[in-house]
Amino acid sequence: MNILVCISSVPDTTSKINFTDNNTKFDSNGVQFVINPYDEFGLTKAVFLKEENQASITVLTVGDPSVEPILRKALAIGADKAIRINYSPTDSYSTAYQIANHINSSEYDLIIAGKESSDYNNGAVPGMIADMLEIPFINACNGLTLEGNNLKLTREIDGGIENIQTKTPIIIGGQKGLVEESELKIPNMRGIMTARTKPLEVIESSDHTSLTESISFEKPAAKGSCKMIDENNINELVQELHNVAKVI
Amino acid sequence: MSIIVYAESWEGKFRKSTYEAVSYAKNMSEILQQEVKSITVGDISEEELKKLGIYGSSSVESYPNISKSDGKSVAEIIKEHAQNSKFIVFSNTFNAKSIAPRVSAKLKAGIITNIISNLENNNEPVFKRQSFSSKAIEAVKLNTNQGVLSIAPNSFELSEKQLDCKISVNQKTTESDLNIIGKDINKGKISLSEAEVIVSAGRGLKGPENWNMIEELADILGAATACSKPVSDIGWRPHSEHVGQTGKAVAPNLYIAIGISGAIQHLAGVNSSKVMVAINTDPEAPFFKAADYGVVGDAFEVVPKLIEEIKSLRNN
Ligand SMILES: Cc1cc2nc3c(=O)[nH]c(=O)nc-3n(C[C@H](O)[C@H](O)[C@H](O)COP(=O)(O)OP(=O)(O)OC[C@H]3O[C@@H](n4cnc5c(N)ncnc54)[C@H](O)[C@@H]3O)c2cc1C
Repeated sequence: MNILVCISSVPDTTSKINFTDNNTKFDSNGVQFVINPYDEFGLTKAVFLKEENQASITVLTVGDPSVEPILRKALAIGADKAIRINYSPTDSYSTAYQIANHINSSEYDLIIAGKESSDYNNGAVPGMIADMLEIPFINACNGLTLEGNNLKLTREIDGGIENIQTKTPIIIGGQKGLVEESELKIPNMRGIMTARTKPLEVIESSDHTSLTESISFEKPAAKGSCKMIDENNINELVQELHNVAKVI
Repeated sequence: MSIIVYAESWEGKFRKSTYEAVSYAKNMSEILQQEVKSITVGDISEEELKKLGIYGSSSVESYPNISKSDGKSVAEIIKEHAQNSKFIVFSNTFNAKSIAPRVSAKLKAGIITNIISNLENNNEPVFKRQSFSSKAIEAVKLNTNQGVLSIAPNSFELSEKQLDCKISVNQKTTESDLNIIGKDINKGKISLSEAEVIVSAGRGLKGPENWNMIEELADILGAATACSKPVSDIGWRPHSEHVGQTGKAVAPNLYIAIGISGAIQHLAGVNSSKVMVAINTDPEAPFFKAADYGVVGDAFEVVPKLIEEIKSLRNN
């Protein structure tokens, strides 16, 4: 079984987000980049599937050379091969297009992406890939078991869970539940050493049509100061919420 | 030419998020001088379909034999109706996230999700959206003539238009590429993405057995319950309640945080709430920097008092 794990490189969750060039560009100065948290669950799941079923794992990201450290990290966690498509993504469509193009020229059974990336939060790339390749798409996937080429999956829906059966090839938008937080793999010394000898291939990109364009950023309006209420006067809180804020 | 809305239904009924999408589309349609046409799948009564007119849908195409779980077929149907539509509007639910990207790819129409602004300039449509897990607001321009728009739930007012919605029923059937073998629905629970009030609790509650008062408070407020990440990681509460940067992003009118420290990753997913209340024993808890109202105190004393005060407000 050939598994492709699509990962994106995002600012560490503790990062303060700032913008430069008159608020038109994300300011990566001083920001630590990590594997998108949703993708980490998918990557660990892929490693488990490999341990159980002799799968081969390719990790892929679309980006400029600055994203290679997260690919090396994924190799250290257990992927066999890494691919970087040399293109700085400008929107979901152009990113999906590059990935779909690569998948088309390869043979993957299971394509694992994250349900969204924690920087732009558009959550559109995996669904677009599904459509371009005409394969099933399971979004917000929080459980996956494999029997031959039959897959049993669960996905989160508004207010519950749906149980699904389908056949490969498929693409999922993964999240927690694929594996638990406590199961997430962290690179060990041996992994880091062998990662250095694993292949990292750079593929040139083609056709860069973007359907949308990010034009500027702003920070959410700063909150006014917090009104402190005495713990012995909870009636005041209720009156405030009812009469002033009018939210209860 | 019309503006298309995907009118999502749950067990034959529409919810507020669907009406928000219709209202949003109607608002645009007045600028573009077009009509709003809804598309809906699943078995829905005529009486329920008519309700789409209240918020400005002039017509609805209903597909009773198609399941909303079949994202591929729903996307194909929307595409057929949307050939000449400038905008296709969704509310940003899980279901929409399975369909909207496919519609975008099929039509080669730019997709913008988590939208929090109305259409302003029709010649060069720019929409503001939540980005960087709500740490930033991003303005995005469409490079295409058509746009697939997914609006953030609980971010837009409903406005009543009282139109008579014309119903067409289509008996089309399709074959899904997914075989749905079962569903587990959290019965009677209010979904987090749509809740107007959320009562959320963290590690300060000490153990799962202490959630009774949280559920009681949520109950009397008609609120949904949520929790911080460690609480779901240790299994005190289900993962579906985890809010924050790596859980669900929520935007209720009122978010009450009880025994939650207010870590940056937690705040990222909740700071779009209109009003936030923090209850915490530690006066230095970071949550007090983000909250609108704060109570320094022990949750085990403050929450029961809060329940009593709300009950007496309700009784007056
Ligand atoms: C990659 C990454 C992603 C993350 N994503 C998320 C996320 O999406 N969501 C999220 O929530 N967290 C996330 N976190 C975790 C986050 O950093 C915090 O650790 C977490 O939010 C803390 O949860 P908490 O506030 O419940 O617990 P704690 O930080 O332990 O805080 C408990 C609070 O309760 C108070 N308290 C104690 N006893 C009482 C009492 N009797 N009455 C009232 N108050 C009391 C304490 O003063 C304290 O402020 C993430 C972390 C990482 C590294």
